Amino acid sequence: MTRWLPVATVLALVLALWYAGAVALNRAGAVERVLPNSHPNGDWTLRDLVGVTLNMQRPVLPAPHQVAADLSSSILDWPLNSPRNLLYHTAVTAQSTLVGFVLGTLLGVLLAAAIVHSRTLDRALLPWIVASQTVPVLAIAPIVLVILGSLGFSGVAPKATIAMYLCFFPVTVAMVQGLRAPQRIETELMHTYAASRLQAFWLLRMPSALPYLFPSLRVAIAAGLVGAMVAELPTGAQAGLGARLLTGSYYGNTVGIWSALVLSALLGLVLTLAVAGLERLVLRRGRVA
Amino acid sequence: MSLARAASTPTARAGWAVLSGTVLAAILWWLVTEARKQPDFKPLHLAVPLVATLLLAGLGVRRVAALDGKPWYATATAALFGLWILYFWQVGVTLFNVPRVLLPSPAWIGQMLVDRWDTLARDFVQTVGKAVVVGWALGSGLGFAVGVAIDRAPFLQRGLLPLANLTSTVPLVAVAPIMVMWFGFEWPSKAAVVVLMTFFPMLVATLAGLQAAGKLELELMRTYAASYARTLIDLRLPMAMPFIFSALKVNATLALIGAIVAEFFGSPTVGLGFRISTEAARMNMGLVWGAIVVAAVTGSVAYALLVQMERRVAFWHPSVRSK
Repeated sequence: MTRWLPVATVLALVLALWYAGAVALNRAGAVERVLPNSHPNGDWTLRDLVGVTLNMQRPVLPAPHQVAADLSSSILDWPLNSPRNLLYHTAVTAQSTLVGFVLGTLLGVLLAAAIVHSRTLDRALLPWIVASQTVPVLAIAPIVLVILGSLGFSGVAPKATIAMYLCFFPVTVAMVQGLRAPQRIETELMHTYAASRLQAFWLLRMPSALPYLFPSLRVAIAAGLVGAMVAELPTGAQAGLGARLLTGSYYGNTVGIWSALVLSALLGLVLTLAVAGLERLVLRRGRVA
Repeated sequence: MSLARAASTPTARAGWAVLSGTVLAAILWWLVTEARKQPDFKPLHLAVPLVATLLLAGLGVRRVAALDGKPWYATATAALFGLWILYFWQVGVTLFNVPRVLLPSPAWIGQMLVDRWDTLARDFVQTVGKAVVVGWALGSGLGFAVGVAIDRAPFLQRGLLPLANLTSTVPLVAVAPIMVMWFGFEWPSKAAVVVLMTFFPMLVATLAGLQAAGKLELELMRTYAASYARTLIDLRLPMAMPFIFSALKVNATLALIGAIVAEFFGSPTVGLGFRISTEAARMNMGLVWGAIVVAAVTGSVAYALLVQMERRVAFWHPSVRSK
């Protein structure tokens, strides 16, 4: 209760501000286009104004209930495999995000394992990977799309590739840190047990790297989602939340944009929650064993 | 004899490997340019020198990486590796005749950077000079101001902090089409996206930083009968500086991403994001890579500047002092 009350208050505040903003931003359009039709003599009251601004056809800022209505009609009134159902687009985006996330994580973990075992890679490659975090790597997404497109790949593959390389960098950096986390005394203990490098890796390095891995996975899945959505922009993709955002902005369908925005936020939350759940599962098992 | 011994130190062995690699690389490049003039040329003809150069390059990097002693050896390894990547990119693209549309050679990208620098400079001013700087300063400033303002309202903090943390999982850049609708195609819409993206990391960092002062120091301030404002200015804000600077660094990258991606949704005919998306659609990949180089250099320089600034401001912090 004490934890939820402040959050609920702030959320209520945001909602109230949203309604107020909708009235303020839609006022000009309502006074100009809608009210003269219903009240030709200009005798509309404040009540009429609020009622109109919150239910405009093409609002500057749609009211929350309009977005909710649009969402529910799109989700409930159309079959799941119809392109008019937003859940279908969410699934398309989620699919490429997850494929890219899994591949990027695997690649990142493998490369980190190689880096901690090779001084050459550590000194030659790692600085570049660390430096890449300060660079907007998302900007090369259009290039990846063009290259993969001319090689004949389409559909999930290009989007997953972009999500993959965005996931890959944070995972690699965190894993290198994590695999190096064991104390000297622990590595020496493994040495006295005559443990092989492989055994030391699985029994010591990997478990101690997990607390580093999971925070980076949360960063990675969020980055991967942005990557997948951006990848849906320039290809003229028909499906996916990014494509919905773009078509919405082409046709001035504000409510549609907001619905796609809400769903992409929810998708981000669900994906992060899934990673957090995985983290709890894995770390709990580790502690029992 | 002493000469022979001097030649067998690790440093000398590394030096020899790098030197011979460079010589072989120069020969390979000459061979490639000569061979490209032959009509019946096949890349396979140069397989032996290519593999030999690759092996020697690898050996050189390996030996330099194994050196100990001077701190700049590590930087040198990374630089050497980067140069070799550029070299083999160039040789590979030339040797295998990769179409420019697919992967332009570094030389071609450099050529584009020089030839079209006026275009790229205008793009830089538009995207970085206006949208990124304004958005980054405004978003970070607002995040900081709100963080300090609600410092004395724990109720608001407990309400805002979970929500602000959640925003890191949300693709905020997706608000770009809405901002373009509200603020038009020009840079203010991009700056608005950047403000939204940079606000929350700074808010979270400020709130965390203001909690960073230790109990001992706070009690000391209390024994001095220091007012709330004094404690804030002399103790808690300085203690928060490392947090604030790490948020500023994260925000610098986020701001670049936000401004570039927002331009994909509509922009005037200038700007780095506009350049990347339109020239990619026109298959003019040299200029696309040129714009990316500009963005990458901007990101790195911004980061380096912020690190320098942090050293000035938070000079007392252990993480700075230890360097």
